[in-house]
This record gives sequence, C-alpha cells and structure tokens, in this order.
Amino acid sequence: MTRAFIAIVGRDLALAARAGGGGELALVFFLTLVVLVPFALGPDLALLARIGPAILWLGALLATLIGLDRLFQSDEEDGSLDLIRASALPLELAVLAKGLAHWLATGLPLALAAPMLGLLVALPIEAMASVAATLLVGTPALSFIGAAGAALTVGIRRGGLIVPVLVAPLTVPVLIFGVSASNSALGGAIPFLTPFLILCALSLAAIVVGAFAAAAALRQAE
Amino acid sequence: MPSLTDLANPTRFMRLSAALLPWMAGAATILLAIGFYLAWFVAPADYQQGETIRIMFVHVPAAWLALMLYTMMAVSALGTLVWRHPLADVAQKAAAPIGAAFSLICLLTGAFWGKPMWGTYWVWDARLTSVLVLLLIYLGIIALWRALDDSGRAGRAVAILTLVGFVNVPIIKFSVDWWNTLHQPASVFRADGPTIHPAMLWPLLILALGFTLLALALHLAAMRAEIMRRRVRTLTILEAERHDRLAMQGLPA
Amino acid sequence: MSGLGPHAAFILASYGAAALVLGSLIVAILRDHRAQARALAALEQRGAGRRDRSGA
Repeated sequence: MTRAFIAIVGRDLALAARAGGGGELALVFFLTLVVLVPFALGPDLALLARIGPAILWLGALLATLIGLDRLFQSDEEDGSLDLIRASALPLELAVLAKGLAHWLATGLPLALAAPMLGLLVALPIEAMASVAATLLVGTPALSFIGAAGAALTVGIRRGGLIVPVLVAPLTVPVLIFGVSASNSALGGAIPFLTPFLILCALSLAAIVVGAFAAAAALRQAE
Repeated sequence: MPSLTDLANPTRFMRLSAALLPWMAGAATILLAIGFYLAWFVAPADYQQGETIRIMFVHVPAAWLALMLYTMMAVSALGTLVWRHPLADVAQKAAAPIGAAFSLICLLTGAFWGKPMWGTYWVWDARLTSVLVLLLIYLGIIALWRALDDSGRAGRAVAILTLVGFVNVPIIKFSVDWWNTLHQPASVFRADGPTIHPAMLWPLLILALGFTLLALALHLAAMRAEIMRRRVRTLTILEAERHDRLAMQGLPA
Repeated sequence: MSGLGPHAAFILASYGAAALVLGSLIVAILRDHRAQARALAALEQRGAGRRDRSGA
C-alpha cells in the first residue's frame, strides 16, 4: 500500500516536471499576476507594500486553482484512473497521494517563490518570511479543496472554468486567515501565531474533507 | 433507463403534490397579504431607522429562507448519498435556484436598506458578506447541475458539493466575522442586531411564515416540473426505440 | 402608507427588486411546469407511455 502511494506521488511529480506538465506553468502564471497588479494600481511602493501579502496570496490562490481541472481529467482520459480505482489502495489514500503530488509540484514552488516576488511589491524582509510561511501551510488546503472540485467535474468536456467557480467560495476562510497572518507580521494588534494556527487547522481539516469528498466523487463518477 | 419501481414513488408524489400545491399557494398568499398589511399600515416606524424599517420585513425572511433552503439541500444530499431516495436529488435540484433567488433578494434589499442607513449601498458587513458567499456557493451548485448531463451522476456530484459546502458555511461565517472585526472595529450595527419592537415582531413572524410557505410551494412545483422532465426524457427515448424497431421490421417487407 | 419619509425611493426600490426577483422565479417555475406537463401529455397521447411487450 505504501508502495502504491509512493508510486502515485512519484508518477505525478514526474509528469509535472516534464515540459508542459503544468508545474512550472503555475509559477509563471503567479509571476504574471503579481506583475499585472502594479500596472492596475500604479507604481506607488507604499501602497503596494501595504497590500503586498494580499497580492501574493491572491496570485497563489489563482495559480493553484487555474490548472486544477487537469488533476483527475488526464488520468480519466488515459485510463489510469480506472487502474487507481481498481487497485488495493483505498481511493481516499490515492487522492491523498495525488493531492500531495499536486502540492509538491504547485503549492511548494509558489511558497518558495513568494519572497522573490515580494521584492516586486516592496514587501519588508520580515513580512516575506511570514508570507512564505503562511503560503507553505495554506496551499495544501487549496490543493485539497481543489481536488474535491476537480473530482466532481471529471469527465466534463469543457470543465476549465467550472472548477474555480465551485472551489473559490470554499477557499474564503483560507484566504482570510492566510492574508491576516501575513499582515500581522507587518505589525498590528494581533499576534502572528493566532491566525497562523487557525490557518494550520483549516489546512488539516481541508486535507481530510477534501480527500474524502474527492474519493466519494470519483467513486460515483464511474 | 428508470424501471417501474423507480417511477412508483414519484407517481405517488405527483398525486400528493398536485393536491397539496393549491392549498399551500393559497395559504402563502393569505399570510403574505395579512403580513404586509400589518407591516405597512399597523406597525409603527422605527424610532431610529424611521420608515426604512419596512425593508426589514422582506430582508430578514429572505435571509432566513436562503439558509433554510441550503439546509434542505444538505438533508436532500444525505438522502441521495446515504438513503438513495429516488426523490432526494429532485428535491435538491429544485431547491438550488429558489435558495439563490432568496439570497439575491436578501442582498438587494440589504443594499437598498444600507444606502439610507449606512450611506453606501454595500458595506462588507459580516452578515451581508456571508450571504454573498452563500450566493456564490448556490451559483456553483447550479453551474455543476448544468455541466453534467446525466441526472443520476449530477445528483450525486452535487450532493457531495452541497455537503462540502455545508461543512464550510459555519467556517466561512466564523472567518468572515474574524475578518470583519479586524477591518471594521466600529460596526454600524450592534453585534446582536437591532432589537425588535413587539409591534414589528408579529408582522415579521407572519411574513416569515408566508414566505416560507411560498418557497415550499415553489419547491414543490419545481420538483414536479423536474419529475415530469425526466419522464418526458424516458418516454422520448422509449418512443424513439419503438420507431427504430418498427422501421427495422418494416424494411424487409 | 401615509408618507414614507425621506427614504421612500429606497423602500420602494427594495420592494420592487424583491418583487422582480421573486416574480421572475415564480414565472420561470410555472412556465417550466406547464411546458413539461404539455410535453408529457403529448407523449402519452401518442402512446409512448404504453409498455410494449416485444421486449427491448
């Protein structure tokens, strides 16, 4: 069972690393989004620094959600989803493996790149660490809530936009606590740890709920 | 293709609902008429909010119904997934547009109430924002219904989405409250909402009951339409198959 | 309704908006109901509801 789990993670990572696999595309999309914001708002560095954590979080959220419809769709198309369903590995764990691989290929690079992009929006050094930390613990929630949405829409031909539409409202709490924890590092009444720990709790809950919901959705989509 | 046993239960439902529907619609009309009479001609104007308090009589029942219809959908989702009741996904599908409509009414009346009271049409007040997110969830559910062709599969997929949303709604409420106190320390409203004068409470309760009956009547009608739509689909397929067969038999002769 | 005070327009607008949304919902549902009932009646009149014995 452990071997099957590791095999799924390894396969998805290998697919993501390949050209056109979507891993680095999310990063480029993230960069593009962050670059677009100053063009819309104007190059006022004080303003950008104030809303910097929000920009980075929104960028990461969108970059995660945009490619999510492919998470199970490609497996459905080439038939590997049927193999995963038929294997001895419980579907919940298979979803966990897929979600983990998605996070390793998307969420983790986004979190690591965030400090660099923070330079573009004049984020102070101490806020960069906190933004990266919140993204690190918050993006798993996005991957797994998104996995549930992706599993629900498996088999829809033009499913590209529907996954973000389904998933975005459910990510409101993650966004609120992610940005609020990042901002609290910039100073403010609340200590960093309060929203940060709630964010961790949200992430853990999202992993469990997302894995079960996605597995249920994949079962009924047969 | 549904078998006859599948149709048996909906058939009984169709008969029952046809008998019930006029009574519910009538009772809703009477209650709404009484409620609006009391709300407009008997209830006094609020000493703080003046005549704008009349908006509350629509706003509050709409908010209550937006939540109630979502709860009904979550129960129907359990009915689909756990008890496999043949009517559960019909009930769920019929409830989504009605719930979305009532959350939209809640938001619109809130905006028109907010302009004279708060000075803007929209404030990111915790309760209004939560209803807005609820509307987005409703719209997502409707979008998923429309995206999936097979009604059986769509029913189960939407049921899962509804339950995930149901788990999420209290979390969203909690996080929006947190976010709101963070950004708006001095709220325009008292946290527990305006206290209600008893002369306003009665019309409000009557109207809430009337709107609830109206929503339930609409729900029944929408369920009936959905059941008939599925039967039409089945019969069309059956008819096409029979034509096919007749054509095949006819050819050699 | 004697005098709605200074905010009459907002009160009327909110009632109007609510009536509009609710009205279109009611019309849409009734229309759907009628259309499906008519389609079903037409099909049944053509005899599509009969179960044929030849087996499918």
